Amino acid sequence: MQVLIPSSLRSYTKAMHVEASGATLGELLADLDRRYPGLRFRMVDEQDQLRPHMRVFIDGQAIHSLAHGLRPGDGVNIVQALSGG
Amino acid sequence: MARTANPPRAVPSAARRASAGRPLLLMVATRKGAWLFHGDTKRKTWQVDGPHFLGHIVSHLRLDPRDGRTLLAAAKTGHLGPTVFRSTNLGKAWKEAAQPPAFAKAPEGSKGRTVDHTFWLTPGHASEKGSWYAGTSPQGLFRSDDGGDRWTPLASINDDPQFIEWMGSPQDGTPDGPKLHSIIVDPRDPKHLYFAMSSGGVHESVDGGQSWTALVKGLQVVGGFDPNTLTFHDPHVVRMCPSNPDRLYQQNHCGIYRLDRPGDTWQRVGTKMPKRVGDVGFPIVVHPRDADVAWVFPMDGTDVWPRTCPQGIPAAYGTRNGGKTWQRLDGGLPESQAWWTVKRQAMTGDVQDPVGLYFGTTSGELWVSRDEGARWSCIAQHLPEIYAVEVAELA
Repeated sequence: MQVLIPSSLRSYTKAMHVEASGATLGELLADLDRRYPGLRFRMVDEQDQLRPHMRVFIDGQAIHSLAHGLRPGDGVNIVQALSGG
Repeated sequence: MARTANPPRAVPSAARRASAGRPLLLMVATRKGAWLFHGDTKRKTWQVDGPHFLGHIVSHLRLDPRDGRTLLAAAKTGHLGPTVFRSTNLGKAWKEAAQPPAFAKAPEGSKGRTVDHTFWLTPGHASEKGSWYAGTSPQGLFRSDDGGDRWTPLASINDDPQFIEWMGSPQDGTPDGPKLHSIIVDPRDPKHLYFAMSSGGVHESVDGGQSWTALVKGLQVVGGFDPNTLTFHDPHVVRMCPSNPDRLYQQNHCGIYRLDRPGDTWQRVGTKMPKRVGDVGFPIVVHPRDADVAWVFPMDGTDVWPRTCPQGIPAAYGTRNGGKTWQRLDGGLPESQAWWTVKRQAMTGDVQDPVGLYFGTTSGELWVSRDEGARWSCIAQHLPEIYAVEVAELA
């Protein structure tokens, strides 16, 4: 499925949209990390929680759990809630 | 608390010699990136190289003294997780660590800790090429044996219930988060280590980090609190004297201290600082060849703790007798209305003769003294808030 990558993570992907697969959000992020090593840890901490300010939308719905199931064709948007100076 | 006797050991000869004057590299870590300043042998001209990692919060940038070309940078952004960048060619190219410092995954159902940022980097012992230590916020100690590519947590600290109790909660820590810092490797013995925690005290290991002994006797804590509770101890930075590794200096939340091993009781040596200045601050720098000489940069620790230069008039202070007396060193510094301060990693010294001193300010200025603090000159302005300044000689 297609994944929208925020500008802050494009140093890894070199692209705004990339392909990745997985039956859950966690699997999708693991696949992204295989393709772009280091990306996952910038998004997800060592306790498998999405880091603060890191948001994932699947077909427009905000998802917070890595266990969330994905279907083929889902559109995944990774967004950063930028704030502060 | 147990004590460890340190038998007399030889100090590496390099620590006793003045440098012949080689080109210098100043490594400046800031809230918005890192800069390298290349200095000539006279320390008179500086070529700027940067920014590196623009927009990243860089807490520390260190050169590996064992190869003279590997740089490690502890970085994160305001919104991305922490990482370590590595360069093996003095910053020409950088590569991210394959496994940055991270705590162990907690068992299902329990809340584990997460590294917010790596705060401190220390190259390992000269005999252990490729070894590094890292201190994090919240407090954690990590080691790498492959030049900083993969980091392993030290369970004797990070997962120890007693240490976790001493670390306190994030509310007990500094405004930027509680930190493990001042990781020191004894040049005579790779298994002899020290580190400090803000908060959580000073700790020593003689077995390479398998077991630890607290080293807080003689240190004061904020009035009304029990100094026997390590959570209340806030060492800002600890330095070992290269010329005498049995002597440690410490700038603490509650004053300036010295410890001469094998003694285990810190002696407050900041009491002779002028009363209007006090002996609170963040950094302390030790002389490379004379263990009686050290420098501090006091800050205002009164009232609500403004953490600015006292009265808005910056000055370093130096001692040449182990802290018995202190001299004000403010030649060339602003004479009024300077409301910045110098953070704990943001002051350092080189190994030349006379020693060059360097500090970076919270207002983004980089200052240099070529004469051990007597006279200062500003070599850079308008940088982001400076978190750390390190200096090294290049081959």
